[in-house]
Amino acid sequence: MSGVRVLVGTRKGAFILTSDGKRERWDVSEPHFAGWEIYHLKGSPVRPDRLYASQSTGWHGQVVQRSDDGGKTWEAVGNQFVYDGVPGTHQWYDGTQHPWEFKRVWHLEPALTDPDTVYAGVEDAALFRSVDAGRTWHELSGLREHPTGAKWQPGAGGMCLHTIVLDPSHTERMYVAISAAGAFRSDDGGQTWKPINRGLHSEFIPEPTAEVGHCVHRIAMHPARPDVLFMQKHWDVMRSDDAGDSWHEISGNLPTDFGFPIDVHAHEPDTIYVVPIKSDSEHFPPEGKLRVYRSRTGGNEWEALTRGLPQSDCYVNVLRDAMSVDELDPCGVYFGTTGGQVYASADAGDSWEPIVRDLPAVLSVEVQTLP
Amino acid sequence: MIRVVLPPHLRTLARVEGDVELPIEAIEGPVTQRTVLDALELRYPVLKGTIRDHVTRQRRAFLRFFACEQDLSHDPPDAPLPDAVARGDEPFYVIGAIAGG
Repeated sequence: MSGVRVLVGTRKGAFILTSDGKRERWDVSEPHFAGWEIYHLKGSPVRPDRLYASQSTGWHGQVVQRSDDGGKTWEAVGNQFVYDGVPGTHQWYDGTQHPWEFKRVWHLEPALTDPDTVYAGVEDAALFRSVDAGRTWHELSGLREHPTGAKWQPGAGGMCLHTIVLDPSHTERMYVAISAAGAFRSDDGGQTWKPINRGLHSEFIPEPTAEVGHCVHRIAMHPARPDVLFMQKHWDVMRSDDAGDSWHEISGNLPTDFGFPIDVHAHEPDTIYVVPIKSDSEHFPPEGKLRVYRSRTGGNEWEALTRGLPQSDCYVNVLRDAMSVDELDPCGVYFGTTGGQVYASADAGDSWEPIVRDLPAVLSVEVQTLP
Repeated sequence: MIRVVLPPHLRTLARVEGDVELPIEAIEGPVTQRTVLDALELRYPVLKGTIRDHVTRQRRAFLRFFACEQDLSHDPPDAPLPDAVARGDEPFYVIGAIAGG
């Protein structure tokens, strides 16, 4: 029988949650890398037992871990992330220019066809690639060296490259998103990049429709329809039907269009999920009710999914990398909260149950569907 | 023998228990912060970047270096460590600042 492995990164370690295909009973691992922040961990789609994890603390900086047995054992691999050449400067909070400084890896994206190739999105925003299973890392500096780079600026969480989306149909095409610069696309394997922010409207920047400066929170794609992208922005849920060349708003009837994660149903490319969050400073669910919203129409028309989720006194957040789907039928949907709960739905969102309630604050959730 | 005491996170990362003991022959030149840490990183490459910056070799901000009841964190990296450390009578401590939740 098939199974599911949920990889959970938290403020104080990583946890691996496993179940068979029924998704009724779950095994929760002991903490891996206890005490360290695990911003993200993700498995290779071509070798599922090959996992990569981003481990860091303020004391000791960045470590990258790799497992070749599905997370039973780990090996620390390369942790040297050095920007190409003289890194230059970007805009700082006070409007002055500030040198690029590596702080941490926010997101690891294993390649779609080669288990030894993995991409790392880092703060201060840049994209790195390893082709030797994480032993060495080299910057794809065409992104950071884009002429708009000096205009990028950190959001409240730092200037991070947090989203990497690989196009399964066009092997040279990839997307990244940076807070607060916006979305970018490469059509040549990451050598050169173009901003793809036309149609975004951000009231919080001096020129709301500027080429860069938008605080994109997350981008999602269905692999069967890679030219359609969905975006959760710092306000506004957006959609592109032309690989990011233009965007239009699909927030529709959401109670608030602010939020962090967005994801797509594994088998229905027009079914998407978001978790509306109250902003600008509260960052908890409206009315204390934790609700996932689902659109079956590719946006604009949304329904609240509440069964099994707390509908009073709930003041947690769901961060940008903390939602994922499995590939079973019905599609499973998973998300983790800053309150330490990981919720799962085995029926595409109709009902939810907590897999585990009391982890440290959840930073990321990735799901692997195992044979 | 030079003795180095690592904070718990780094002992876990390097998979060591207790103090690290570095043979004096592993130290290239005088016993200083730089040569001791070079020898430590040579023996445990996984510690590269976790005590000093990979490129600048500067001490990470939230770590301190103690020995013989002295805070040596701001000493030049090439200054000799106390004789008691060089003799192995006293350990060289890498300490994580007390902070955070």
